[in-house]
Amino acid sequence: MKALEEHVASMLAPEPAPAEPGKGRHMVLNMGPQHPSTHGVLRVLIELEGETVRKAAPDIGYLHTGIEKQFEAGTWLQGVVLTDRVDYLANLSNNLVYALAVEKLMQLEMPARVQWMRVMLAELQRIESHLVWLGTHALDIGAMSVFFYCFREREEILRIKEMFSGQRMMTSYIRPGGLALEPPRGWEKRVGKFIRDFPDKVDEYDDLLERNPVWLERTKGVGFISVEDMLDLGVTGPMLRAAGVKLDVRKNTPYSSYEKFDFEMAVRTENDVFARYRVRLQEMRESAKIVTQALEGMPEGPWQADAPKMLLPDREKMKTQMEALIYHFKLVTEGYRVPAGEAYQAIESPRGEIAYYVVSNGTSHPYRVHMRTPSFGNLQGLGPMIEGTLIADTIAAMGSMDFVLGDVDR
Amino acid sequence: MLSEQLQDAIVESGDRLGEQTLYIAPSRIVDVCRFLKDERSFVRLSSVTAVDWFPAEPRFEVVYHLHSLERNDRLRLKCRVSAENPEIDSVTGVWRGANWYEREVFDMFGIGFRGHPNLKRILMPEDWDGNPLRKDYPIHGYKYSYQSE
Repeated sequence: MKALEEHVASMLAPEPAPAEPGKGRHMVLNMGPQHPSTHGVLRVLIELEGETVRKAAPDIGYLHTGIEKQFEAGTWLQGVVLTDRVDYLANLSNNLVYALAVEKLMQLEMPARVQWMRVMLAELQRIESHLVWLGTHALDIGAMSVFFYCFREREEILRIKEMFSGQRMMTSYIRPGGLALEPPRGWEKRVGKFIRDFPDKVDEYDDLLERNPVWLERTKGVGFISVEDMLDLGVTGPMLRAAGVKLDVRKNTPYSSYEKFDFEMAVRTENDVFARYRVRLQEMRESAKIVTQALEGMPEGPWQADAPKMLLPDREKMKTQMEALIYHFKLVTEGYRVPAGEAYQAIESPRGEIAYYVVSNGTSHPYRVHMRTPSFGNLQGLGPMIEGTLIADTIAAMGSMDFVLGDVDR
Repeated sequence: MLSEQLQDAIVESGDRLGEQTLYIAPSRIVDVCRFLKDERSFVRLSSVTAVDWFPAEPRFEVVYHLHSLERNDRLRLKCRVSAENPEIDSVTGVWRGANWYEREVFDMFGIGFRGHPNLKRILMPEDWDGNPLRKDYPIHGYKYSYQSE
């Protein structure tokens, strides 16, 4: 923090009187780390000239928990619970990308039912994450009631997640080798009821905001950042799609049988906060379409891969077959081994491209897991986005990035 | 993949699990990256990270993941960096987005990046000792980090 103090001290040092009164006098505003609209612990040093932001420097690391180091201490399976805690608003996406990366290393093909189930859950997760974004972002800007509507639907998704996995948020439900548990009895009815009603609910949010003059005033034409800057700085996801760039990993390089689903990529060209709102709203509708298709065409079959060397054996077999008992003992005491090699798997999380780079040296522990998280890349775009704009637009612009600090700091 | 005059920069290449990897001589990394961005449309730098192969030598591998939107192609570049002099040229001049990724590698592995505009710790406190993701850094234990309190 010494450099920071020096920076602040140099900012506060007396300056020569300006030729024009009020011009060229800069002030450093410290926003966060406990500011409510940073949605986590982010600190931004904002240098102001009057009401105009001249420079913005995000200071991150307050939520660093050494997850990548912890990966190296546990087994491959124990890593799953860590992935939940990276982006805690989109944990199933993180489960999925880790599972896909490990399966790529093991060259394991999943049964159709597992793939479809994963797609369905990942899309429910996308809806949930976008609902949290919409509710809190509207709250930041001053439209309080949207929050209650969004969290009403989010609650139902959390209950569906609890039904599947026994957990509302840290589900660890998608694992290398398939799913954690057999899908519960009656899940089709529950998910079906939710997804039938959901498109109407999206219209409801749209009604609340679309013609709301305060919302329009605060979002239209705010938070512009050029496409070149975004690509250069590593910004991905709805931010990029709201600027007309067709980058969606689900479409570009389909994984987990996304190519079998019929959906549109939500793209706008205005490149402002309002366009990002439209893109996310459209994505919710498209996700609902995908979930409906998954529900109607869900293939029959096993909910786990046929991989006895990495998955716990059936309880009944364990009690009657010697081989199953040996596998159980080895899996619990040592864990499964993953062939030496490296894999880079990217998927589309609600926030953008999330990619895990997994390195194995052939043992039962990951040698190295690097997470290319979308929020980390996106946050680099914060400075160029708000520099030169008014301080009052900072909150709207920041909110439209939809970063999660757990995802940034890991 | 690379032009004639950069061909000698490739130390080794591999293609496994459908992922292409090029090992690049560390001294040529900036030239190679600039060429790949300008001529081969790798406009996105997806991530920069490192792997510690302690106690092997050269100890570190700096890993770059590139993404081309135009051809929907991904490429992995790797540079081997020794333990005595863990330094490599920064690619921030090619992609500005490399800034935080290289700071993270500097913070976690102690690999320096020559020509980086703001090379300091990003996740750990600035007065922290050691580099947590090095293999010889213990996973357990506690170190009090604030000198002033």
